Amino acid sequence: MLGRIHSIETFGTVDGPGLRYVLFMQGCLLRCQFCHNPDTWKRSEGKQVSVAEIIKEIEDYQPFFEAAGGGVTVSGGEPLLQLDFLAALFRELKQRGIHTAIDTSGGCYSSSPTFRKKLDEVLDLTDLVLLDLKQINADKHQKLTGMSNRHILDFAAYLDERHVPVWIRHVLIPGKTDIDEDLTKLSRFISTLTNVEKIDVLPYHQLGVYKWKELGLDYPLEGTEPPTEDRVENAKRILHAAL
Amino acid sequence: MQTKDGWKLFKCGKWQSEINVRDFIIQNFSPYVGDEQFLSGPTTNTESLWEQVMDLTKRERENGGVLDMDTEIVSTITSHGVGYLNEDTEQIVGLQTDEPFKRSLQPFGGIRMAVDAANAYGFKIDDTVKKVFTDYRKTHNQGVFDAYTPEMRLARKAGIITGLPDAYGRGRIIGDYRRVALYGVDYLIEDKQEELHLTGGNGVMSEEIIRDREELTEQIRALQELKQMAASYGYDISQPATTAKEAFQWLYFAYLGAIKEQNGAAMSLGRVSTFLDIYIERDLENNVLTEQEAQELVDHFVMKLRLVKFARTPDYNELFSGDPTWVTEAIGGVAADGTPLVTKNSYRFLHTLTNLGPAPEPNLTVLWSEKLPEKFKRYCARMSIETSSIQYENDDLMRDIYGDDYGIACCVSAMAIGKQLQFFGARANLAKALLYAINGGVDEKLFIQVGPAYEPVTTEYLAYDDVMKRYDRMLDWLAGLYVNTLNVIHFMHDKYSYERLEMALHDKEVLRTMACGIAGLSVVADSLSAIKYAKVRTIRNDDGLVVDYEIEGDYPMYGNNDDRVDDIAVELVKNFMNKIRQHQTYRRAVPTQSVLTITSNVVYGKKTGNTPDGRKAGEPFAPGANPLHGRDRKGALASLSSVAKLNYDDALDGISNTFSIVPKALGHELDTRKMNLAGLLDGYMRKGGHHLNVNVFDRDTLLDAMEHPEEYPQLTIRVSGYAVNFIKLTREQQLDVIQRTFHESR
Repeated sequence: MLGRIHSIETFGTVDGPGLRYVLFMQGCLLRCQFCHNPDTWKRSEGKQVSVAEIIKEIEDYQPFFEAAGGGVTVSGGEPLLQLDFLAALFRELKQRGIHTAIDTSGGCYSSSPTFRKKLDEVLDLTDLVLLDLKQINADKHQKLTGMSNRHILDFAAYLDERHVPVWIRHVLIPGKTDIDEDLTKLSRFISTLTNVEKIDVLPYHQLGVYKWKELGLDYPLEGTEPPTEDRVENAKRILHAAL
Repeated sequence: MQTKDGWKLFKCGKWQSEINVRDFIIQNFSPYVGDEQFLSGPTTNTESLWEQVMDLTKRERENGGVLDMDTEIVSTITSHGVGYLNEDTEQIVGLQTDEPFKRSLQPFGGIRMAVDAANAYGFKIDDTVKKVFTDYRKTHNQGVFDAYTPEMRLARKAGIITGLPDAYGRGRIIGDYRRVALYGVDYLIEDKQEELHLTGGNGVMSEEIIRDREELTEQIRALQELKQMAASYGYDISQPATTAKEAFQWLYFAYLGAIKEQNGAAMSLGRVSTFLDIYIERDLENNVLTEQEAQELVDHFVMKLRLVKFARTPDYNELFSGDPTWVTEAIGGVAADGTPLVTKNSYRFLHTLTNLGPAPEPNLTVLWSEKLPEKFKRYCARMSIETSSIQYENDDLMRDIYGDDYGIACCVSAMAIGKQLQFFGARANLAKALLYAINGGVDEKLFIQVGPAYEPVTTEYLAYDDVMKRYDRMLDWLAGLYVNTLNVIHFMHDKYSYERLEMALHDKEVLRTMACGIAGLSVVADSLSAIKYAKVRTIRNDDGLVVDYEIEGDYPMYGNNDDRVDDIAVELVKNFMNKIRQHQTYRRAVPTQSVLTITSNVVYGKKTGNTPDGRKAGEPFAPGANPLHGRDRKGALASLSSVAKLNYDDALDGISNTFSIVPKALGHELDTRKMNLAGLLDGYMRKGGHHLNVNVFDRDTLLDAMEHPEEYPQLTIRVSGYAVNFIKLTREQQLDVIQRTFHESR
């Protein structure tokens, strides 16, 4: 089974518990203005790798996972665009007792039976979902990411229904998502979910800007500064109330 | 079996009837598995003494790097009168000269070096001293150059063998300074006299026997002088130390005696913290010492170790930048029976980084084992995150070879304390050797024949098998020349600059190793990988000499956990070691090698032309066994895994890896960061990695420190096997450090 990947980070410490092997998949349906990996967007790019190759590599890092806890996180791009690959990979990982996580925006979620069937197969093998909720307001979400958030919120509810443990992540962008009214609504939404273990507030940063330039793209958030510490604390206060 | 006043309440053992510090420790140490809560902050005396040191440091920097130098009195154990920081408040006394920050004059290694070092900083060595050491008293340096062959001189000039200790003290010999505290000097003298008596009295007066008798007599003399030096400070160290304070003081005097006589490149301390803990525990139990006082002893002792300084030339600083002295102290590790040797004093030593702030010296080295107490692991990780001042070495790997009472000389060289020493051999430039293989022994920078005139490569494209065949032959030549050169150096060092006090604190029969080394590992591995997996076209100058390379296609690079290239690196280390093993060594030393460059990776790079991996002439090599900057693209674990593949058995003198990570990449919160860093160390060691320098800071911090050095007087970073004060590095080296791979979060 082949998958299309963008790159590999062997020392992930912020994408799930412990030390993590992070597989960045190629391809995404969202076009987030603040994306720091725009080079993962196009589905035709990246390189193809087999499950066997990846498993061989991951096994080599077992001593680290054993020592520090941890496991494998599939990020992207959007991992859920390659469900067959994910299922095959996670099946192998679970056979080896390795913790599995998916870092997703849920941007390609659909309630169609074919998608659901494949998704269920993957979720059965998934220990944790890191779910990006980018903006609770549908219009603002549309503007920020190029897509509505309706199906993403449906996806969150579906994960809850299936009792899949979830960490919510929210990127805090001045003027775009760092708005008390939206944060409060988001907090209210999260509090309706029973499967959320953790909420991470990720301050917006500009580390990915150079990639936009390399790709010849205009960076829409030009001039946007990272949020102040006060605002980060404020967001944490509002969102953590949902736990 | 004897008993002495100083031994009251200690558990009996073999150590009482023979010199056996290890047995004393095993019988008496108190393992500690708790956390750091018990530690005390600095006393007001500690704070004001340290302020004084920082003020002197500032003045030294403003004065161009050296505050004062002795230009008249040749340094010996007893050469100087007493010197203090503040006689009333310092717990541990003794300075190298009569003033703090005044560097001593040590011409026995080479008078030219001493003169140049003085001149470089605006001092002038006394004419009489200069005349004596030029006309009447031959130095080590003179001896070496008398015996060097033209080929050796040329290899040295071209930089295919560099950093050789032929003009300065070789160092890397660790006296067992603990013996002075445990036994008192008189007992040690008696023991040496007994040895002398037993040496050759009835047999043939062979060269070996004569040398042994002379050396033993010198050792006894050194011990007597050591007593005199201590007496000048008002201490009688003929008998064992009776209190913790005395134990620190006795031990420090022994070390001080050694550095007054030797300005060896690395003057390492050994493994003293758990030994000294036994004295502290006894005093705490007897209620004659408090925790605060115990910490004060450690702080003041460590402060003295931070004051160690030698006069060095600018040339030397280019190789070993930042004024290092390698006062390496090994902390932790595990006893043969599996009990961790971690005591409260292991914590107290690391805690000096908090009480006095970060510093490069002493070179704090944690002997890491999976079996170390979890809380200690977390504490070490915390201190690394806060200070970037600690290096880690794999105790589980070394314990099997050196037992459980070994120390680290310099950066990564393990040796059983008091039982083993090494002949320091700097390193051979394997990247340049590859260019020699291609160009038939003609140096690509000097354009002269340096290596043997073998047939050069004549094809346009490099063929892997062809290059390997030539390279193998060139390495045969290099290994032979290298070992022979080292033989000359160490013969002369023993003859003209013998370490009599350090050797007085060794057993008579010691294991000697001939510690060769290699530089340019990653450059060669990547070059060979490029030749094998991509196409490398040669670019020649008008004389037909290959001066550049063009790579067509991609090739796997060392540092990405890719066996195709990592195996090349593994084989290269093994292959060169085997070549070294074929040669006869001085004093039947056991050949070993290291993969360590210290900061000389910059100088080696400068002296080496374009290489087939795409590295341009003059660009620095990667330090030690590191992948080349920026070529490790799959994250920290891939990079570490590549290095961990190098076989320690093929490089018993150590495999150095320097790791830099931004704080955020270790996780969001301090607890997570501690756990992840400890886990990373566990994993690396479990995979067989030998050594890891850990730096945790942002690149921006370094850039800012370059612009505003005055604001970062204590910014410490780990380079290759040691730590330096960042602002003391040359600008070139600062840039090199900043260029290195920083593992970041994304």
